Amino acid sequence: MAAAESLNAELESFRAEARDWLAKNFPPSLANVDVAMASAMAGFKPSGNAGLWQERMAAKGWGTPTWPKQYGGGGLSPQEAKILTQEMNRIGAKNPIGGMGVMMFGPTLLEYGNDEQKSRHVPGIVTGQVRWCQGYSEPNAGSDLAALRTQAVDKGDHYLVNGQKVWTSGAQYADWCFCLVRTDNTKKHEGISFLLIDMRSPGIEVRPIKLISGFSPFCETFFTDVKVPKENLMGPLNGGWTIGKRLLQFERAGLGSGGGSAGRGGDARGLDQIAKDYVGVDEKGRIADPDLRARIAQHQMDAKAFALTIQRAQAEAKSNVNPSAVTSIMKNAGSRLQQDRAELLLEIMGHRGLGWEGEGFAGDEIAATRAWLGGKAVTIYGGTYEIQNNIIAKRILGLLDHQ
Amino acid sequence: MAILNEEQTMLRDAAKSWVSEKSPVTAFRKMRDSGNADGFDRAAWAEMAEMGWAGILIPEEFGGSGLDYLTMGLVLEETGRTLTASPLLSSALVATSALLLGGNDAQKKEWLPKFAGGKAIGTLALDEGPHHAPANTALTATRDGKGWKLSGKKSFVPDGGAADIIVVAARTSGKSGDTNGITLFLVSGNASGLARQKLKTVDSRGVASLTFENVSVGADAVLGTVDQGFSLLESVLDRARAGLAAEMLGAAVQSFDTTLDYLKTRVQFGQVIGTFQALQHRAAKMFTELELTRSCVEAALVGIDRGANDIPALASLAKARASELWHLVSNEMVQMHGGIGMTDAHDAGLYLKRARVAEATFGGASFHRDRYARLMGY
Repeated sequence: MAAAESLNAELESFRAEARDWLAKNFPPSLANVDVAMASAMAGFKPSGNAGLWQERMAAKGWGTPTWPKQYGGGGLSPQEAKILTQEMNRIGAKNPIGGMGVMMFGPTLLEYGNDEQKSRHVPGIVTGQVRWCQGYSEPNAGSDLAALRTQAVDKGDHYLVNGQKVWTSGAQYADWCFCLVRTDNTKKHEGISFLLIDMRSPGIEVRPIKLISGFSPFCETFFTDVKVPKENLMGPLNGGWTIGKRLLQFERAGLGSGGGSAGRGGDARGLDQIAKDYVGVDEKGRIADPDLRARIAQHQMDAKAFALTIQRAQAEAKSNVNPSAVTSIMKNAGSRLQQDRAELLLEIMGHRGLGWEGEGFAGDEIAATRAWLGGKAVTIYGGTYEIQNNIIAKRILGLLDHQ
Repeated sequence: MAILNEEQTMLRDAAKSWVSEKSPVTAFRKMRDSGNADGFDRAAWAEMAEMGWAGILIPEEFGGSGLDYLTMGLVLEETGRTLTASPLLSSALVATSALLLGGNDAQKKEWLPKFAGGKAIGTLALDEGPHHAPANTALTATRDGKGWKLSGKKSFVPDGGAADIIVVAARTSGKSGDTNGITLFLVSGNASGLARQKLKTVDSRGVASLTFENVSVGADAVLGTVDQGFSLLESVLDRARAGLAAEMLGAAVQSFDTTLDYLKTRVQFGQVIGTFQALQHRAAKMFTELELTRSCVEAALVGIDRGANDIPALASLAKARASELWHLVSNEMVQMHGGIGMTDAHDAGLYLKRARVAEATFGGASFHRDRYARLMGY
């Protein structure tokens, strides 16, 4: 008991410290503004108050609160990090440090990188100054990622890289790329290595891909005789598949947890409220179209079930009971929910939900339309809907591969 | 799985082992084939009561163990797995909740000890038509001296043939469809003027339709407040829905496990059929729905125990999802078993039949979607 009380007292004193620091350092004009997201999407480095907020959080290490202090992280315990998040939420402060370096590459680097690689690369991620992109998919290696063919040939003091990556998010703005390359043609999974490539190296060409949403968040990235110093190999030669998969776990954890809210575009109110505006209500105050009303209810119940499932998974993880297989369903359940919402929103808005740009449509309407189109990607990236079902069937349910 | 305390874990494990030893599906099949008129095995029910399950929710002062709804749900989930037919839901949860929430001291003293010991069986008689519709109560109760006279019909009352005491929803003012003017009464199963007709339904359980012809009860038969019974009724129903959802979850889990075992053993085209992706993805979909539904069922039970302010929405969510889940899984159980699943010798049909009755009881998915939307203000 005494130990628990003193831990509690320590945490409460940390809360006071965090609250005090945030009061002094968070520019109130940035309440609910997602600096990290905006700069990642548009490729600019934040300036003004946004830049100031990013610099201060970077210096404190609180953008990556649980990462080790020696590399510039916050060095906080998970409980302290949770308190920090609560205090930030309280005032609408969003973490200004983000992107793939923080979400995906950083945690993998801390686990698999050598001391030199960590010292060299972690600080740039912690401060948000270095942007990373992911060189995984290729034109003929999508769901079957291990079929990748981008080649890295040992030339003594460097690897010579040739090949093409596709769907490299943010490659046009990235400083570095973490990349899966083939270093042995005789084996499939055991012939892949994990290479860190400077995007300013000669021989790299980046072409943004225009998507159905009108945006270009992804690129094609071509490597022609790109020289990569040998010290940029992370983990063992031909041991990249394990590292690459570990990184995907971080990716899926990040993608799934937002289900239903992540990537949401337009009017942030509940679908029921929006439907009342666009469709009208009957004499009892119900959404006038009963079929649409039932489908909105179905969606909101699904969303509630998903939220309750996240809570359950967190409670299970916290109490260290046998973790059930519940996390394996998160990506599919979450991405379906997000797409269902986008489709319903479009239907609710009718023709007003089908504008592309310009006069005659509200900003919220256009944003919802673009988010509907962009959201088609969520059941494709990070392992398609079908691949996720394969994973559940094989790893969780123990069903065998077809012979 | 919710985070359980030691007592809950113990009871769940005890239920698991009793069910597998004493009440496997073969026991249900045997009961069905014996032509048992009650629709449950009284000896098995006595054992369940002896283990304390009939008194899980009943405070110690009335002879129970004063535990919570989550604990009750855990036991129901286990009994649900093997389709154990018993008055655990209708008596130990539904009728018991009605007395706990609406009973005065005398009523509790009279009935709760008997419920806890399994010496009396209670049930709720509510619906009068083919669909769950609490406000559509039309059976009338009119004042008669100091007491009341009840006349009308109740259809599809769970364990209605065997019940010793029946919680009857009656109309004391207003008209069918009004939420005001409903009163709950305690009526003896042997009351004069009460005719009980046992119905043979697909699930082979003890459902009955009841006809009341000037059934006299005293003023002390009123449960709760005259004319104001609807909110009490809704509170009782929300507990019933959450409890039934737990039982359905258990049954759906078993339907799924049995089917998954079959996918791993049945060989066609030279390999087990579970290697076919068309079946794998449907199995993954069912597993996903199972996990999502478990979260809803546990949240409803825990919400009741904590006195959450959104119990009605949580109960509707749990019952709707449990209904959709078991509907899906029971259909897939038959389909994935192929011809063998169509035979009476296989369990798939038993799960399919019980599923549909459970879906219709206390409101199916569409009832609860509509209610959820209303609760959310649209």
